[in-house]
Amino acid sequence: MSDLHWVPVCALDELVPQRGAAALIGGRQIALFRLMPEDEVLAIANEDPFSEANVMARGIVGSIGDAVVVASPMYKQHFDLRAGRSIEDPDVVVETFPTRVARGLVEIGVRP
Amino acid sequence: MRRLVVAGYGMVGHKLVETLVERGATSDWEIVVFAEEPRPAYDRVNLSRYFTGATEVDLSLAAPGFHAQTGVTVHLGDPITEVDAANHTVTGASGGRDLPGCFVYRTIEDLVAIRAWAGSARTGVVVGGGLLGLEAANALRSLGLATHVVECAPRLMPAQVDEGGAFALRRRIEELGVTVRTASQAIEVVPNEHGAVAALRFGEGPDLDADLIVFSAGIRPRDEIGRVAGLEIGARGGIVVDEGCRTSDPRVYAIGECALAAGRIWGLVGPGYDMARVVADQLAGEASSFTGADCSTKLKVLGVDVASFGDAFATTEGAESVVVSDAVDNVYRRLVLGDGGRRVLGGILVGDTGPYQVLAQMARGDLPTPPRPQDLLSGRQEPGGVAVGVGELAPTTRVCSCNNVSKATICDAVASGGLTELGQVKAATRAGTGCGGCVPVVADLLKVELAKAGVAVTDHLCEHFPFSRQELFDIVRISGGRSFGELLATHGRGRGCDICKPAVASMLASLGSGYILDGEQSSLQDTNDHFLANLQRNGTYSVVPRVPGGEIRPAQLVAIGEVAQEFDLYTKITGAQRIDLFGARVEHLPRIWERLIEAGLESGHAYGKALRTVKSCVGQTWCRYGVQDSTSLAIQLELRYRGLRAPHKIKAAVSGCVRECAEAQGKDFGVIATERGWNLFVCGNGGAQPQHAVLFAEDLDTETLIRYVDRFLMYYIRTAGRLERTAPWLNKLEGGVDYLRSVIIDDALGVCGDLEADMEQHVARYRCEWRETLADSDRLRRFRTFVNTDEPDPGVVFVRERGQPRPRRSTDEGDQSGPEPVLVGISGRRAGDTG
Ligand code: SRM
Ligand SMILES: Cc1cc2nc3c(=O)[nH]c(=O)nc-3n(C[C@H](O)[C@H](O)[C@H](O)COP(=O)(O)OP(=O)(O)OC[C@H]3O[C@@H](n4cnc5c(N)ncnc54)[C@H](O)[C@@H]3O)c2cc1C
Ligand code: SF4
Ligand code: FES
Repeated sequence: MSDLHWVPVCALDELVPQRGAAALIGGRQIALFRLMPEDEVLAIANEDPFSEANVMARGIVGSIGDAVVVASPMYKQHFDLRAGRSIEDPDVVVETFPTRVARGLVEIGVRP
Repeated sequence: MRRLVVAGYGMVGHKLVETLVERGATSDWEIVVFAEEPRPAYDRVNLSRYFTGATEVDLSLAAPGFHAQTGVTVHLGDPITEVDAANHTVTGASGGRDLPGCFVYRTIEDLVAIRAWAGSARTGVVVGGGLLGLEAANALRSLGLATHVVECAPRLMPAQVDEGGAFALRRRIEELGVTVRTASQAIEVVPNEHGAVAALRFGEGPDLDADLIVFSAGIRPRDEIGRVAGLEIGARGGIVVDEGCRTSDPRVYAIGECALAAGRIWGLVGPGYDMARVVADQLAGEASSFTGADCSTKLKVLGVDVASFGDAFATTEGAESVVVSDAVDNVYRRLVLGDGGRRVLGGILVGDTGPYQVLAQMARGDLPTPPRPQDLLSGRQEPGGVAVGVGELAPTTRVCSCNNVSKATICDAVASGGLTELGQVKAATRAGTGCGGCVPVVADLLKVELAKAGVAVTDHLCEHFPFSRQELFDIVRISGGRSFGELLATHGRGRGCDICKPAVASMLASLGSGYILDGEQSSLQDTNDHFLANLQRNGTYSVVPRVPGGEIRPAQLVAIGEVAQEFDLYTKITGAQRIDLFGARVEHLPRIWERLIEAGLESGHAYGKALRTVKSCVGQTWCRYGVQDSTSLAIQLELRYRGLRAPHKIKAAVSGCVRECAEAQGKDFGVIATERGWNLFVCGNGGAQPQHAVLFAEDLDTETLIRYVDRFLMYYIRTAGRLERTAPWLNKLEGGVDYLRSVIIDDALGVCGDLEADMEQHVARYRCEWRETLADSDRLRRFRTFVNTDEPDPGVVFVRERGQPRPRRSTDEGDQSGPEPVLVGISGRRAGDTG
């Protein structure tokens, strides 16, 4: 993990609980989700692989069994927020990104 | 290893190969297919879709990799050679038929050639007014040709419909601008000076000018191979086969359209598939026979619904006919009854095939005939009356005629396979994978079976709440709880999902909890409700201001135009009397709405499961036939129910007289003016499963009308399932519309006071969601594409088409002739600068 570059994105307070928001980092679109009650932030690629639109951050967050998921707002496929895997079509996997919250600031780990 | 050679790779040939593969016959048989056409079998029934954008791949019947995986050898573009030699000896039926500009309508190549020729043609003639001829006529019409249909019989579709039906059909087709000439025998094609088609000559009557002719006069069996091989051929063509589909040479079978089976050539794919199965059975060593097929058909020709079933022409002894014919609407229905009117034998329906499924099943003996079957013909049916009852179908009923799947097969598959979804049933039984016409019945059967098995999941909202929507609604209403988190903690489990969150949000909104995006509610909403706009395929949104009753002031039109220009939005009149502005970026939505609200417009809730529009006609004020002021009532109703959240969207309309220009009978609630007041209709819709609304009450004064509608809507909101519109809701309501009347009109449940109070509360609390959003800087903060920068989404790129923007498609690239690209940003995907 040493080659990770932590990019500050926003204050935790700017993220609506249980919803997503998108960030643009070095030309890459990343979707962040603030989960409650853990107050944990998870991040995946913002592009929906089924529609190719950059909309993942606008999906509804929830759970299927034990998995924390987001439903793409376009055609409603679910993606496991930790594994990036689509529940409906496990061959489709989106990129996931490490995150951390330090002193109220959300940071995303990207490889330089 | 034995070898099976299949000559011809059409629909039926493929069905044979596929059936053999499915049954594992490839371990005993080496299968070699010789195809005359340059591609593997494709869906000829849907051939015309090639003109409306379907590709070869879309139409293909074999899944990619099918041949490689199964070891079936296919020689494409390789007709059997000896036969090919003989082929040249077969002469066409009409002399000049092979002139340039003459075509048949059978293969993809035919369609490609027709389209190419049509480019420089103005007039097209189709010879043959049967089912296929009319389909070809539709194609010519869509290619922009002035289209004529010529038929030698005295009427159109002589094989399927009688004189009365043909008359209604013809009137409807002529309304489309297609001319029809019946009882006209074409005898010769007249060439022009270049030797191409110029006109068609008849036995009698004047020539018909034509730049293009499509011949579609009857099925001509491709029996050349049979002739060369010395097989027995029928007097009017077709290879003669016995009940096992064997030709006069027992090692040779003939199936599909080349075969003369059970005394005739069957021009439909269903019987062909039956023959394929009969042969597959025998190759596997099982006895099997083809003795004929049910030729009931229901189709759309040139947009006209036509159905014919059973003994359509009343040939059975003692048969009687009941005919209902409406020359104004061009609807024709004939029901053939036997047994002194106690049995349905067959019938013909033109213009409206509503009762087809039920009647055809009665004719087949799969459904009992009710005491007065002729009542089924009269226009409007009580919903829930005839349409349900799939449970009563006999187990042997062929539900899917394309794939010959019986009710028993479907029910067994559901029960033994533990299937719970339509997709699984399709995959397991193939029912519904052909023309798709049987899908509603398959879906109903699935439901019936699941209910039988006591599978309760169907009724539960989702894995997080073990309750139906109605139960949950009652819980929310009675507990007075106003938060999803609370409800989940007390009555649910997990984190919730995209099903229960918006459903609960909608309940909270219906119960009048104010602005839908405050606090926790914001996290429950689908993206449309979240941004108060409709998500489009490229991630932008559309904006639809309310236009109550379709009435709009010129200054508002100007404002809409200015906004569209300033933000470069694609502008379109919608199907519901309003104007939609497409391609808005999230960060522009507030400014767009600021301008619209300034012009006196407000949110149209196109994004919500809520009241959409109350469509109106111009009514008494202008129209010379109107008997009431339909526009004013529509506006009044739209303003009363605007913003009302419901299990699904609600649409309504008001017409000023029986001519029904506002299409009120196709709405969730509809009002039609009478001399004495208003007639109220309820529970209709358009869309995928159109259903006419039912007449609920007559000659109401305005006040009573509104009271009934208040009660009706609130009762629906309380009791309907998630995403269940009023028509399916009513279909399931025990007791049907009579029961509904007793609740709404007679207050049988004693809830009307409550329902009215709920509605009064809604009306009093209504606020335009956009106005409220703009007034609050906190609420405005969500309208950003990115949390960490104000840049727009670089993935959104528009090109221009007909002077307006539209999303760029992957196929636009490198397309020099296409629209000129306007780069608004660099595609995030392509740039990929950080890799
Ligand atoms: C824009 C419009 C088409 C147009 O260019 O004219 C349209 C567009 C959409 N329709 Fe529609 N429908 C539009 C008129 C209609 C009509 C005609 C009418 O209202 O008179 C119908 C048939 C009448 C009816 O609903 O009974 C119609 C039947 C549907 C259905 C099928 C509903 C059903 O019960 O079967 C859907 C799917 C659904 O709602 O689940 C649908 C869904 C949609 C959605 C929301 C699909 C989606 O999720 O993206 C489309 C997006 C709307 C948007 O603004 O982005 N649309 N849609 C029309 C907007 C009308 C308006 O001013 O609000
Ligand atoms: C436009 C259109 C619409 C239709 N709509 C309907 C409908 O709605 N419902 C319905 O039930 N039916 C419909 N049909 C009819 C249906 O398509 C046919 O009944 C079905 O395709 C018959 O299948 P088949 O395999 O017997 O013949 P085909 O599908 O015609 O296939 C025969 C194949 O054999 C090839 N062939 C012929 N001779 C040789 C040879 N010597 N060597 C090698 N190959 C050879 C031909 O080139 C062809 O590819 C429609 C047909 C058309 C053209
Ligand atoms: S419905 Fe009646 S009032 Fe309305 S436009 Fe038609 S004819 Fe005129
Ligand atoms: S009847 Fe055509 S798919 Fe079932």
